[in-house]
Amino acid sequence: MKLGFLVDLNLCMGCKGCEIACKVENEVPLSSWRLRVKYIDIGSFPDTSRSFTPLRCNHCENAPCERICPVSALHYLDNGIVNIDSERCIGCAGCMMACPYGAIYMDPESNTADKCTYCAHRIESGLMPACVVACPVEANIFGDVEDETSQISRYIMEHQGDIQVRKPEKHTDPKHYYVGGGNNTLNPQAHERIEGYGLFNNITKLDQIGSPNHSILDRFLDPIFGNHNDHLKNESFADMPNEAGVHHEEKGEH
Amino acid sequence: MDHVSTIEATKAIVTLDVAHSGIIWGWMITLNMWAKSIGTGVILVGAFLLYRHKHEEMPNLRWLMPLISFIALNVFLFFTLIDLHQPLRMIHIFTHPHWTSSITVGAWMATLFLVLVSIMMFTSFFTRFSDFRKDCAIAKAVRAKDGLYEKIFPFTVFLAFPVTMYTAIIMSQSAARELWVPGAELIQMLLAAFMVGSAALILIAEEWSESVKKELAMILALSVLFSFIMYMGEYFFSFKAAEVEATLAYVHSGGEYFTQFWAAMVLGYIIPFFIAMRMSDNRTMMKFAAVTAFIGLYLAKSTWLEIPQMIPLS
Ligand code: SF4
Ligand code: SF4
Ligand code: SF4
Repeated sequence: MKLGFLVDLNLCMGCKGCEIACKVENEVPLSSWRLRVKYIDIGSFPDTSRSFTPLRCNHCENAPCERICPVSALHYLDNGIVNIDSERCIGCAGCMMACPYGAIYMDPESNTADKCTYCAHRIESGLMPACVVACPVEANIFGDVEDETSQISRYIMEHQGDIQVRKPEKHTDPKHYYVGGGNNTLNPQAHERIEGYGLFNNITKLDQIGSPNHSILDRFLDPIFGNHNDHLKNESFADMPNEAGVHHEEKGEH
Repeated sequence: MDHVSTIEATKAIVTLDVAHSGIIWGWMITLNMWAKSIGTGVILVGAFLLYRHKHEEMPNLRWLMPLISFIALNVFLFFTLIDLHQPLRMIHIFTHPHWTSSITVGAWMATLFLVLVSIMMFTSFFTRFSDFRKDCAIAKAVRAKDGLYEKIFPFTVFLAFPVTMYTAIIMSQSAARELWVPGAELIQMLLAAFMVGSAALILIAEEWSESVKKELAMILALSVLFSFIMYMGEYFFSFKAAEVEATLAYVHSGGEYFTQFWAAMVLGYIIPFFIAMRMSDNRTMMKFAAVTAFIGLYLAKSTWLEIPQMIPLS
């Protein structure tokens, strides 16, 4: 059995339902993501188009993250999932340097590496990954790519010639496919990121690695006395006064 | 808005995405590599000098070489440890080793290397200062084992090579960062060890014979020259991989890494080369060259470590 994902970019409408479902299901901390939907604009007005590309861990069959992990915290499951054991992880960030897709983040709450696991915990209980369930247009197709009768295998057969993976030149053998993808959507070097002119450029990002919120001392003390960074927890943000709104009103803006 | 008007119509632009994750391996890893180069470099250069010259020409080398290495290796291991987000779990590398990882293999080798250097350091120190703790049983026992020094020295020298070079394999296993080419990094790591190894020994060579001092200056000059040539080749002529080009274009366009890179080249390579070639008899200038080599290597390592992390991966 080899579990894989396929995203039909012709169907995806960029609603971000999958992204939100993933955040909720896996309690992904603020400023981190396991699955994100990237918007890319092509062309010049009035001939413009916008494409949406959901990006997550590819569960590579030849995974550089697994190879570099010094303690096997990253490991293959029998069903092909590249899983992570956060109890084992020492937080060396080697995997973050090795993954060619930037799919791994250092969880600011647990101080360990984390990433999409294809919702391994749900699959164990016979459920589909949260993002698959949330997608209103069934653009996410998930299943066993070694079973030729599975939906994903049939989809791949039906779309032969239009199946792509990200960075095939890296020989990571990803088990995550795209239909309707192109250089502009799948190759990060093919599009420009211009700071200051995007829709959401100044995204709130929690400082995490080497920041005062995660001091070197905390790294030693947290495992003994518990996490000192309560102000970083997702729940704590729900109680925060919305300072941005107040600020806006004070300035007479809307 | 000039900026926007220069976007080509054919160019795709990201309009919504998560923020760039920033520098993941930063100054602590730079310091780690820098200190490791000193810790292994003094052993390699020291061994070379001992092979070519008589012990009497370098009277303090026997005890100062392992002492400098011991201090540098402890700095290296300290920063390795505190760079971990779960430093108390460092022990997992020994209890759950994953042998495909160069981090694991490197950690084991570096630990063994430190053990050997520590033995050399303690035996030579107590022999050199024979009145220190004269009646202490432990000191006596260590002095009695002085012969171990010469026995383990060849193994230590042998191990210094992989210990200094394994970081290049970690960089090579960092498949996401194409700038780090294993062949070039292996040689750069070795040259860095010779560069700061000779620089460290220059600082303690006051009483050494002139021929040894000349040879130290030559080692410094040649190692910075070869390393500089490699950096120039990589910096100006890496045309082959798209990500490498993008990384270097980012630096070429100016900004903090541009300044840092050239400061590194001038301080670490150009100044020491000319001083070592032209003024090797001048002790003050040679010490100055050694210090600028230390600073330059740190800046060069820092630039080369951080710039590929500025490129978005997805
Ligand atoms: S996409 Fe990255 S994190 Fe996922 S398996 Fe491949 S290398 Fe590992
Ligand atoms: S951060 Fe954790 S999962 Fe990643 S390589 Fe290091 S130990 Fe492995
Ligand atoms: S939920 Fe479906 S349609 Fe919406 S962004 Fe995700 S993949 Fe696209």
